[in-house]
Amino acid sequence: MSLLEVDRINTLYGDSHVLFDLSIRVEEGEVVALLGRNGAGKTTTLRSIMGVLAPRSGEIRLDGKPISGLAPSAIANMGVQLVPEERAIFGGLTVEENLRIAALTAPNAWSFERIYGVFPRLKERRKSLGRTLSGGEQQMLSIARALIRDARIILLDEPFEGLAPLIVRDLVNVAAGLAREGRTMIVVEQNVAAALSFATRVYGLNNGHVVFEGTSAELTANPDLARDFLGVGA
Amino acid sequence: MPSWPALASQAFNGLALGSLLALVSSGLTIILGTLGVLNFAHGALFAVGAYAAFVMLQYTQSFLLAIAVGCGFMLVLGFLLERLIIRFFYGRPHEDQILVTYGIGIVLVECVRAVFGGNAQRVPTPSWGQGATQLGFLIYPTYRLQLIAIIATLLVGLYLVLYRTSMGLVVRAGIENPGMVGILGINLRRTFLLVFAIGVVAVGLAGMLYAPVVAVTPDMGANFMAQSFVVIVLGGLGSFPGAVVGGLIAGEIVSLTSAFNSSYSEVMLYALMALLLVLRPQGLFGSEGRV
Repeated sequence: MSLLEVDRINTLYGDSHVLFDLSIRVEEGEVVALLGRNGAGKTTTLRSIMGVLAPRSGEIRLDGKPISGLAPSAIANMGVQLVPEERAIFGGLTVEENLRIAALTAPNAWSFERIYGVFPRLKERRKSLGRTLSGGEQQMLSIARALIRDARIILLDEPFEGLAPLIVRDLVNVAAGLAREGRTMIVVEQNVAAALSFATRVYGLNNGHVVFEGTSAELTANPDLARDFLGVGA
Repeated sequence: MPSWPALASQAFNGLALGSLLALVSSGLTIILGTLGVLNFAHGALFAVGAYAAFVMLQYTQSFLLAIAVGCGFMLVLGFLLERLIIRFFYGRPHEDQILVTYGIGIVLVECVRAVFGGNAQRVPTPSWGQGATQLGFLIYPTYRLQLIAIIATLLVGLYLVLYRTSMGLVVRAGIENPGMVGILGINLRRTFLLVFAIGVVAVGLAGMLYAPVVAVTPDMGANFMAQSFVVIVLGGLGSFPGAVVGGLIAGEIVSLTSAFNSSYSEVMLYALMALLLVLRPQGLFGSEGRV
């Protein structure tokens, strides 16, 4: 049994049908990348797993137990944690308060020191308000909120978008470190090279369908494979 | 031109009115910010608080005891309103929320009128607040000074709850981005009940404390509610510091204008609001975005 199974879900935004019988699965300790053009349904897939959007049909299972239809708070407390594209830092709360509220309902919350070990920059800024952080610091904090909850599966939505190359390199190193420690993750990213550097397996999405499934190595070895669903080679 | 002592006296009146508006408006703004519901029953709840003090005073003969029991009563009333009515309106359009809370307000005011009649009731000044206090060149009613001190203490208490407790953390985060609070595993609906009840207690308590200063009538809250809406616009929707500062500014404007010509006091308040909306639409402490 896989840790997470998305089983033929159909998700709609209002009247527009975004995901069509989409199925993916994620094993414990695996890092899976969802790749595809804008509008392929990657973010919608993550939002459906988190419960922010309820699939019209199909089922999402965690440890074999159905979670589709539950509230995001209930799904979060089963160990699923979305790190949203817009980062959604609470701007009026300090860095430490952002971490504190994330840890509030987590039974095995990490200590602040452990989080600061991963992101030393956040320790320096722990008294600063969220709205004063740079884009890179906000992304660190957003990932840190998922980590402090000791989430079993972290859903990273465009974690490197709009960040300077040096910061992307640091965040890729952090993600690769988490992958080595066996943290299960799904990553949605336009920066294919960055995503493939720590993902083990890949789903290619196009127009709400899965059009490719394979390992990162296959995709790196055959750049032509990605052309259908990415528009460009990997 | 009024004399200096008269002006100073009005400035103190402004402080008393302003602190009261601050207390009323902080309840209103926190309910609006967290639950997304603009509570039009707020004025009625202010009057209910004043009548609660009036009734309990008859039974207990002690102002403090009357206020304590009155707060318990407001808490229960807040819980009941949220559980029986308000919670069904969280996802509904603002028009529905305004209509239902406005309706609750009418029902409460008319219930009060049915029981106590429309004539003004008098709540006596507590024994410890009798007389006047000499403040240099100015003699000022003691109870009003105490009122300012009591409300300042309450506002500090509210600040500590908001900024030093886990519940306050959830409320502040929920005002900014309720969706993300849910994604972080917190069921906000449970917090909503407490926030609504605390807001009801805050406005009821304001009514109780104000009762000895004014004539207690079923409609006494109407004007207060209008002014407190101005305050939360001035301060920024959903902002607690905004409600406090906005309340004090509004209180001073109304009182100081009255010193010159009382018929302009409300006009000045709304003129200031209009000016602020042009220059700074999000209010003094507000941030753009969610309303």
